[in-house]
Order: sequence, then structure tokens, then C-alpha cells
Amino acid sequence: MIEVMSSLLIVSGLGFYLAGSIGLLRLPDLYSRLHALTKADNLGLGLLTAGLGLYTQDLLIALKLVLIWLAVLAASAASAHLIAQHARRRETQS
Amino acid sequence: MLTAHWLYGITGCLVVALGLRTALLHALLLHRLIGINVMGAGVFLMLIAVAYRGPGVAPDPVPHALVLTGIVVAVSATALALALARRLTAEQDDE
Amino acid sequence: MTTSAMLILDILMVLSLLSLAAAALATSDARRSVILFMAFGLVLALAWARLQAPDVALAEAAIGAGLSGALLLAAVGDQPRRALTGDTKPVHHHDHSNLKLMLEWTVTLLCIAVAGALAWALAQAFERAPQATLAQAVSENLATSGVSNPVTAVLLNFRAYDTLLELAVLLTAVLGIFALGPARPGYRTAGPVFGGLVRWLVPVLILAAAYLLWVGAHAPGGAFQAGATLAAAGVVLRLAGQRTVGLPQGPTLHLVIAAGVGTFLLVGLSLLVLGRPFLGYPPAWAGGLILLIETAAMLAIAATLVLAFLGGRPQPPRVNVTGGKPPAALISTLRPRSREGLSGADVPGAESHKHFSEENRQC
Repeated sequence: MIEVMSSLLIVSGLGFYLAGSIGLLRLPDLYSRLHALTKADNLGLGLLTAGLGLYTQDLLIALKLVLIWLAVLAASAASAHLIAQHARRRETQS
Repeated sequence: MLTAHWLYGITGCLVVALGLRTALLHALLLHRLIGINVMGAGVFLMLIAVAYRGPGVAPDPVPHALVLTGIVVAVSATALALALARRLTAEQDDE
Repeated sequence: MTTSAMLILDILMVLSLLSLAAAALATSDARRSVILFMAFGLVLALAWARLQAPDVALAEAAIGAGLSGALLLAAVGDQPRRALTGDTKPVHHHDHSNLKLMLEWTVTLLCIAVAGALAWALAQAFERAPQATLAQAVSENLATSGVSNPVTAVLLNFRAYDTLLELAVLLTAVLGIFALGPARPGYRTAGPVFGGLVRWLVPVLILAAAYLLWVGAHAPGGAFQAGATLAAAGVVLRLAGQRTVGLPQGPTLHLVIAAGVGTFLLVGLSLLVLGRPFLGYPPAWAGGLILLIETAAMLAIAATLVLAFLGGRPQPPRVNVTGGKPPAALISTLRPRSREGLSGADVPGAESHKHFSEENRQC
């Protein structure tokens, strides 16, 4: 039962990752590609960690996985902001 | 010998060959540096593949220590090479 | 995990390693090459985790992918239109002489021959029985080594001499970097988003480094991973515009850098004086001595890697770098430098100031 649920969570997380990768390849603009990468990939990571945390059935490991997800969220938000800021600055300079 | 041994070991050999080709042939310094680093990664792959003993058994720790040393030495050599390159191009700019 | 599922994972990982390496080496754009190399390093860290090498995986993710990538990216950003990065010189000159083409083919064949020789050597290595390796000796002597993590025992007890020489290599690299010129100009002060991230990230990284140092005695971890985590904190501080990145100034910095090799040598020599072999720890003190050496090594490694990212001698904040000799690169990377980072800048010594202005006048 738990395995079925965690498999569902993991597969849906992978679906979001696939959507993010397709967005990276197909979207026209830097800014829209950043949207695809940060939003879709981080949601996919959240579902993935939820599925893995459920599978291990160990509270400590599940908490560590959630911490990993929060750290990745913060880091990718900051780096997406920096990339977009740099691209904007380049645009307005040239 | 397990399949994992051969898979990762042969990958290591191929990665060394790829890195060596770029290190020898490419015109630009940065790509050569990356080629040398990739060669190092291939050697580490071979070492860790030799150290692997199987899913339940503890691996051999001596190659792991060698690879750990190798990673640190590779990054310090890369740092020195980049500083040298920076100074070299600065000197060339002044000529 | 079933063997067929593991086999699928192995094949996927091997394919991604090969294609990432080939893509990183084939592209002519320098930035793309560096980023693909970083991705290669991260997949490599996954491969180490799969091959049951967690210490190596930690070190590869922190040093091999992270810090190497940061160093290379900083080098690419130095000189955007110079020979270091991709100007449009392709590797293949099909319209040029046949000699060049022949040279390329010869080198390619040579590399294939090298790969074949390595594969043959690998086959020899696999044929040896596991009992004939050193792993047996390590597991027999692990109880008296002072730690229970076998990799830490090998690094800091059984083969401590190798680690001493490795720290000497780090020291030599930093001396070379010091000798080659001043550090790169700093970055602009971070805005609220990045500054806010750095404000809580750096204490977490310092805490994680201390934990990795401590836990290396009985679980994957150790001085190198801890040093790399501290160096990551320094790099992030530097990117946020902080000038001194937490490094001490002047003689204290020299002391910290020399502390890795110095502590090792001190411990070894004092053991010699006490009548034991060089670096032969008495089993009762081995754990404490290893922790002492690891702490000094962690600080030295962190300082070395941050200085490598800085690219040269750290500059006292009072001096105006643009008045001196600017290589063409400096002009393109000039950014308004701020004097206040997240903490106050240190007051430079008078001698370093004079030395730097002298250096300015020479050129």
C-alpha cells in the first residue's frame, strides 16, 4: 500500500521534471525557460522527496529529505533571480 | 566479477581517452584543462570500480582514499593552471 | 533493488557520463563546456554513491563539481574575448593541410590505444583475489587506528604520509597563486534576494562543515569534505560582494594556510622525539591526534580553495586597483566595488599597502 502511494508520488514528480525539461528545450525566451526550470523542477523534487520519505517510513530520514527540498528551493530561487537580473542588465546595456 | 565492475571500468577507460584527445588537440587552454580534469575523472572511475566488492560487502577503502587525495590534488593543480593562464594573458596584453 | 533494475540504472548512468564528457569536450563555447563539466561532476558523484563510495561522493560533489566549476567559471568570466574562452577557432581545419588531419587521426588512434591498454590493465586488476589486496590489512588493524571509518583510518593513520604530501601540494598551489598576481576585482554587493540567502546559508554551511569534520571519524565525512564546505561558504560570501570573505589578513592568513602541513609535521616530529616512528600514533591517543590534524587541515584546505577562487593575493580594501596596471580584462570586468560587505572590512597593514603601490608603479 505504502509502496503504491510512494510510487505514485515519485512518478508524478518525474512527470513534472519531464515537463520542466521540455520547457527548457522548447520555450523561446530565457525568462520563460527560468520559469520552467525553477517552478516545474522544484515541484517535481517536492513530490519526489515526499514519495521517498513515505517509502523509508523513518521520520528522521523524511525530515532530512524535506530539508534538502527546502534548501534546493531557496538556492534555485536565488540563482534564478540572479540569472534573470544579469540577463536584464545585459539587455538594457546593449 | 560483477557487471558493475566492467561497466564502470570500461567507462573510465573511454573517459580517459576522450579527455586525452581534447588535452592534446584542442587549441584553447581552458578546454585542455577541462580535458585533463576529465582524464582524472576517468582514472577515478577505474579505481573505484576496482574497489567495488558487491552490493552487500564493504568496499576496499584504500582506492577510495587514493581517489579522495586525487580529487583535491586535481583541483589545486587546476587552480594553479588558471592563475598561470590569467597572468600569461595579462603579460600578452601588455606586449 | 533487483539486479535488472540496478543494471538499468547502471547503464543509464554510464551513458550519461559518456555523453556529458563528450559534450563538454566537443563544444567550442567555453562557458557551455564548463557547465557541462559541472553536470558531469554531479553525475559522477551519483556514480560514486552507487558504487558505495560515499566519502568520495561527498568530496566529488563539493570539490570536483562545485569548486572546480566555480574556478573555471571565474576564469571564463575574466576575459570574455580572449584566447582562453571560445573565439571561433574550430578544432577541425578540414580546409587546411592534410598534415593536420593526419595528426588528429594519429592522436585519436593513440587515445584509443591508451583506452585499450587501460582496459587490459583493468582486466588484470579484476583477476586478483580480493584477499590479496590491502583491504584485509585495513580491516584487521581498524580497531587500533583511533577511528571507525575505514577511509578516514587509511587517509589519516595508515597512509598519513600521503595526506601530508597532499597538503603540501595544496600549499604549493597557493604559494604559486600568491606569486602570480593580485586577486580578481570583487563583485558588486548583493541585492536583497541573494543577500538574504547568503545571510542564512553561510552559518548553515559552517555548521555543516563542523559536523562533517566531527562525523568523519565514524561515518562518511572528514577534513576534505568539511574544508570544501567551508570554502563554498567563502565563495558564496565573495559572490555576495563581501571583500574579505572571512579570511584573516596578513600573517594570520599565512599561519592558517601553513597550518595543515605544519600541524601534521609537528605531530609527526613530536612522535619521533617521543621514540615512536614518524606519524606512528599511540593507539590511546590516535583519535585525538587525528581530530587535531583534521581540524588544522580543514582550515588550511578552506583557505586554499577560497584563495584559489579569488585568483591571487587578496587585496587590502583601501587601495584603488584601477590606478595601477590594468590588463585589458580588468576593464571589461570593472564593477563598482563596495567597501562594506556583510561584516566590516579589516584594516590592512601598512606594508602590504606600500608593497602593492610599488607593484603598481613598476608597470
